[in-house]
Amino acid sequence: MAAKDLEIDTSTLVKKPKKTLQHTHDNLLRKIAIPTIYCPGCGIGTTINAFLEAITKYTIVPHDNILVVSGIGCSGRASGYVNLDGFHALHGRAIPFASGVEIARPKMKPVIISGDGDLFSIGLGHLAHAARRNIDMTVICVNNAIYGLTGGQDAPTTPVGAKSRTTPYGKISFPFNLSHVAIANGATFCARYTVYEFIQLAKAIGRGMTHQGFSFIEVISNCHVNFGRRNNLGDSIAMRKMFKKVRVPMKEEDIGLDIRKTDIKYEVGKGFTRIPTGIFLNERDKPEEFSERIIDAYEFNK
Amino acid sequence: MVVDRQPKVMTGTYFKNGNWGIVEGAIASGIAEFFAYPISPASEVVEYISIRLPAVGGKAAFIVEDEIASINMCIGASWAGSKVMTTTSGPGFSLKQEGIGLAFMSETPMVIVNVQRGGPATGLPTFSAQGDYMQVQFGTHGDYSAIALTPWTVQECFDLTIKAFNISEQLRTPVILLADGEVSRMMEEITIPEEKEIEVLHRKTPPKGTDKSNFNQFDARNEPDLVPPMAHYGDGYKIFGTGLTHKISGVPHLDEDLHIKLMGRLFKKIEINKHLYPEPEYHFVDDAEVVIVATGIVARSAMEAILEAREKGIKAGLMRLITVWPFPEEAVEKLAQKAKLIVAEMSMGQLIWPVERFARKKCKLVTRIGGTPPTPKKILEAIEEEAK
Repeated sequence: MAAKDLEIDTSTLVKKPKKTLQHTHDNLLRKIAIPTIYCPGCGIGTTINAFLEAITKYTIVPHDNILVVSGIGCSGRASGYVNLDGFHALHGRAIPFASGVEIARPKMKPVIISGDGDLFSIGLGHLAHAARRNIDMTVICVNNAIYGLTGGQDAPTTPVGAKSRTTPYGKISFPFNLSHVAIANGATFCARYTVYEFIQLAKAIGRGMTHQGFSFIEVISNCHVNFGRRNNLGDSIAMRKMFKKVRVPMKEEDIGLDIRKTDIKYEVGKGFTRIPTGIFLNERDKPEEFSERIIDAYEFNK
Repeated sequence: MVVDRQPKVMTGTYFKNGNWGIVEGAIASGIAEFFAYPISPASEVVEYISIRLPAVGGKAAFIVEDEIASINMCIGASWAGSKVMTTTSGPGFSLKQEGIGLAFMSETPMVIVNVQRGGPATGLPTFSAQGDYMQVQFGTHGDYSAIALTPWTVQECFDLTIKAFNISEQLRTPVILLADGEVSRMMEEITIPEEKEIEVLHRKTPPKGTDKSNFNQFDARNEPDLVPPMAHYGDGYKIFGTGLTHKISGVPHLDEDLHIKLMGRLFKKIEINKHLYPEPEYHFVDDAEVVIVATGIVARSAMEAILEAREKGIKAGLMRLITVWPFPEEAVEKLAQKAKLIVAEMSMGQLIWPVERFARKKCKLVTRIGGTPPTPKKILEAIEEEAK
């Protein structure tokens, strides 16, 4: 074959777009790690954006003191995209890693951005103990009701009846109410918002970071590729519209002691029918956070 | 809570056990945080360090929720700039394996003490054993190069703990102190020197004036020892670490060439710094016709057998391995050319695998499991048989 025949006709190829990054928080993104692995329309992007909005607008924690830790999963990559101190820990072990940093260097403010599978399935034990100790950290849990990165297997948050790759006839077991679990184990600040409520979410993250102690923020996110598609919930926009329709704003007073009121409801064929959102717990008479307790724990006998 | 202040280095001569020596070694090395889960026969370390750490002005020793949390907390604290240690026994060490791989991949200095007990599974607690020899090197998934030191006296529990801290700090890698239940719980004389006589080393940090906005946490291009300087959280370097294959900046990049390059450096780092690891200890090997290869408590039993053999006129010697991983290949190869080798150990036969490989011949195995090392009598019988 002649050399000419081997040449590829490049005129029909899609031209590479010019590499210009334009983002409202451009200076806070680790440019060498971009582009992200996320599907277009993913809620994790919204969550990262809300976090960046929070640290620039809604909290006074210095950026040098913020540490972003994440586990494994789609949301696990978040720590790499943010240009702050960060670590991409083992599956489920973001919280122990962050606890170690917080104990060794109490001035640090760990923020964990990770998924429901990472924090509540393989890493549930660590979350419970970090909440019990009241370690000064903010846990942002992106709850998309599915294991997204591995291709859509059922997670401990997948609603009853929902279809996934491993529950082709509908999920049998009951899901966790993540906020309930966090509060029951001793979280001193707890909020839940959907990715539709961007400003409220950013503000809640800011408040959670300003709060001294274990704060938990649940983000109801859309995995339209692995969850929405198999359950006929439409694309990213359709799912966010659904969140808008079914969210029920709640306050601490509305809930009282009956945390069951915050349960998420789901109906097969319809999708989510009720998602209570809001700040569920903001403990004012909060116990001292853990690293301060360690510093004050001992005094020498004179 | 009121605490009586104690000195950092307890200079003096004592009658104590190996676990005590490990704690004193860690305190003398400047350990800042300790995270562990109690497991016998390593629980004494946890108990004693809980008294010692607050009394030297450190923080509390932390008993955490599980073995997995303890190693991950150690990695976190190490990245925040602390010297850290965790202790465990066989079952806990198995649980820590994924974390050990992460510490290796993310180049995190830390010391892991494994006081071996009978296994597998819950096995024979809390009797002594040497059955974790292979899992130290081959336990974590993927390619991994371990550094493991084994003490045979209470004195060495102290000395090698300091050595383990120094190696881990110099090489930015986890170092394992592989003690056995017998050494860690038996009591004998131990001498702790003056503070100024103890060599304590610290990890390389970025030199002053380093550009903080463009710092690479895994950049060893200008380091002859292949160990990159380590920046810590909160110092403004905006560092990022991961267990994924990463570029020098720490950003994950899944690529064949990059993986080969990264693993090549991590392995070479352990290999080219061999001079840092303690050499094997030789007793009566110069004219020996039969040499016992042993570690830990079994080496003491073998020593007794060799003395008896010498009395009988048999030219026997002992090669005691202190650094068991990386395996002292050349030393074993050299020795095998002039003497017959016998491997004595407290497992069904693990140390014999690399010994036979590098001796390039079959070696006799003397083994006993169930909590007691092979008796001097049994080892002597083997020596006599080989010397015939």
